[in-house]
Amino acid sequence: MDPYGQEWMNAEHSMGTSIMAVAFDGGVVMGADSRTTTGAYIANRVSDKITPMTDKIYCCRSGSAADTQIISDYVRYYLSMHDIELGEDPDVDTAAKLFRELCYHNKGQLMAGIIVAGWDKHKGGQVFTIPLGGALVQQPFAIGGSGSSYIYGYCDSNFKEGMTKEECMEFVKNALSLAMARDGSSGGVVRLVVIDKDGSERKFFPGNKLPEFWMG
Amino acid sequence: MASIGTGYDLSSTTFSPDGRVFQVEYAAKAVENSGTCVGLRCTDGVVLAVEKAVISKMLVQGTLRRSHIVARHATLTVCGLISDGRVIVDHARAEAEQYKDFYGRPIPGHVLADRIAHFVHVYTLHWHVRPFGCAVLLGVADVDGPQLYLIEPSGLSYRYYACAFGKAKAAARTELEKLKLNGSDGKALISCDEGVKELAKILVKVHDESKDKDTELEMITVTDGKDGGAKLVPRKVVEEAHAAAKAFLEADDMED
Amino acid sequence: MLGELEGTVVFRELLALFPTSWLERISSHPSSEAAEKTVTMSGFKLTSGSGRFERDANVQSSASGEPIRHTQRPMVTGSSVIAMRCVDGVVIGADTLASYGSMARFRKISRLHKATDMCVVGAGGDLSDFQQLTTMVDKETNRDYCFNDGHGLSPKAIHQYVARVMYNRRNKMDPLWNYVVIAGMQNGDDGEEAKPVLGLVDLVGTHFESEVIATGFGEYLGLPLLRKAYREDITVAEGKKVVEQIMKVLFYRDARTIDRVQIATVTKDGVDMGEPFKLETEWSYKAFVDGARAGDMSTW
Repeated sequence: MDPYGQEWMNAEHSMGTSIMAVAFDGGVVMGADSRTTTGAYIANRVSDKITPMTDKIYCCRSGSAADTQIISDYVRYYLSMHDIELGEDPDVDTAAKLFRELCYHNKGQLMAGIIVAGWDKHKGGQVFTIPLGGALVQQPFAIGGSGSSYIYGYCDSNFKEGMTKEECMEFVKNALSLAMARDGSSGGVVRLVVIDKDGSERKFFPGNKLPEFWMG
Repeated sequence: MASIGTGYDLSSTTFSPDGRVFQVEYAAKAVENSGTCVGLRCTDGVVLAVEKAVISKMLVQGTLRRSHIVARHATLTVCGLISDGRVIVDHARAEAEQYKDFYGRPIPGHVLADRIAHFVHVYTLHWHVRPFGCAVLLGVADVDGPQLYLIEPSGLSYRYYACAFGKAKAAARTELEKLKLNGSDGKALISCDEGVKELAKILVKVHDESKDKDTELEMITVTDGKDGGAKLVPRKVVEEAHAAAKAFLEADDMED
Repeated sequence: MLGELEGTVVFRELLALFPTSWLERISSHPSSEAAEKTVTMSGFKLTSGSGRFERDANVQSSASGEPIRHTQRPMVTGSSVIAMRCVDGVVIGADTLASYGSMARFRKISRLHKATDMCVVGAGGDLSDFQQLTTMVDKETNRDYCFNDGHGLSPKAIHQYVARVMYNRRNKMDPLWNYVVIAGMQNGDDGEEAKPVLGLVDLVGTHFESEVIATGFGEYLGLPLLRKAYREDITVAEGKKVVEQIMKVLFYRDARTIDRVQIATVTKDGVDMGEPFKLETEWSYKAFVDGARAGDMSTW
């Protein structure tokens, strides 16, 4: 046996996650599960992986909990300084660019897949994804984390251009429920954050109130 | 100034008893001796114009630039000591580039103006440097629309609809005030193309024939939109505007 | 900070919030150089990355005195770039896919970048490195723009710049994982007509110009076809068709390619980036339609 004991005793806390963000006309809907695992042990079943950067920019974190925490701490700090100099709310693409900068230049020592989304007065609701290597890609919607690989097909077939806020929330809820049902590293509750010009609003759906699909 | 300033004007680190820093005020004098600079915020961008004395018949046209490009969306003209101005331009470019590196977007006009003002101000604080002997006009066209700023040797910065500095600043400002610059909604009414002609007229009108015989105009624009950016106004266009301005004013004089 | 070829020194970039004049003083301080040497490629270490929690075998802690190894592996990758120099310009094409391993992760990204009014840079390999490279090229073209002297950065200059960056990075054992194709029109001296230029730089800095260039899978499947189709007098219009045809072959035989492509051209009139479009493909061959039957030899 491993001299350090069971794998969950020494493995790093990681967010084997299901995260998602969708832009609609006037804002974004972001969603995540609430599970943090250490190997197979659920170290935290009430995690919040949707992290505020500013009032109107949030990020969804996947990968190492420690890495993504420190990265988002840095970005939150930079954006707060930026806000002061600029005299107005920072843009979403600025936040995404700051994330990219940190993820790209430290790619060797990071495990971080991040989705940045939010609303700004210049370009409205926007979603950016920064996968492992530190590339930066803007998309109408993005999915991430280990659970996402199970729902690419669902999302590709159910995403429609020009969905309303409510339709986006439904889309995110269904997609994440499907991901959580198939991915052992994702689970718990579905958290949603809706951001528009007026700010953000949180919603949550408990694990026993999630939409169920075929369970064979 | 002479009586009260005596002994208190040798360093920018010493205040006079009535709370003035004479070295900084002397730097402002250097600006007042400069060829006139005018700037105008337009509907689609900003026009900056300067007059340069042609000091010799052997001088190559266009030499000794006083207008510079800071970034694709920002221009700057120097009023005062031209070589001091180049130091500011270098710094402004570095600030613009560094901002873009970090935030991935062009530096906003007010941030650039603030940072240049900060830089200029630092040179009024230390005994081992002297203040800049120049003011700069800064033209920016970005997501917030066209903006015109002025930064003085003291480190003060202002945002203007139109402004003038240098030798004939008072006369030029009077002329600028005569132009119908803004609509009731505060939006600009004059386009850059018209602005080039108007500024040429003003520079010709306020020009003091008795002091500088021959002058050359230099103009730079920064526009927004797809084909926008900072561009030196082509010499041909400037010369046409210059000639048209001269003709217009001569005709005006004849009527009087 | 200014004048550096490459900006990986994040330590300095973290200080970028401060006015540049302060930055110069801080970054020239001897202790910051020591930090760069001993800690990591960035001098700014986010995690310990050592001991039992090692995540990336390529990254070793330097605390033990072992050499630091930077070499990354590509994560999000693009496949082939196909390009041909013609009499009246250059054609350069690439599909719009960025793969994540074998997953077709991003299907609508552009791997071609308009560097100047007369130059396009395209690349295969790691997408994040390509994005970094294009920001570096843009920084150079922006600096050049500020000179306002009537001369833009020429395609040959950009080719040479990219070669220098790539060679520099490979000497740091930290290459940008790309094959970069540079296509453009080079102004002649004294009003001579502009000439088409096509060049390649690879991840170790090898660089050359050629009338036909293909990277990635295209090097094997596309290059022979390019050479066969090439004539000294081939036009951009013809070249576009050749490139499109080769993209089709690559779609059939390269598992990291999709049927959406972008073909850009550079002629004396400037750059036309071209709209991404879907390839028309052929699926009516007998083997597709018939499939396997009882009594066939074993099939695959």
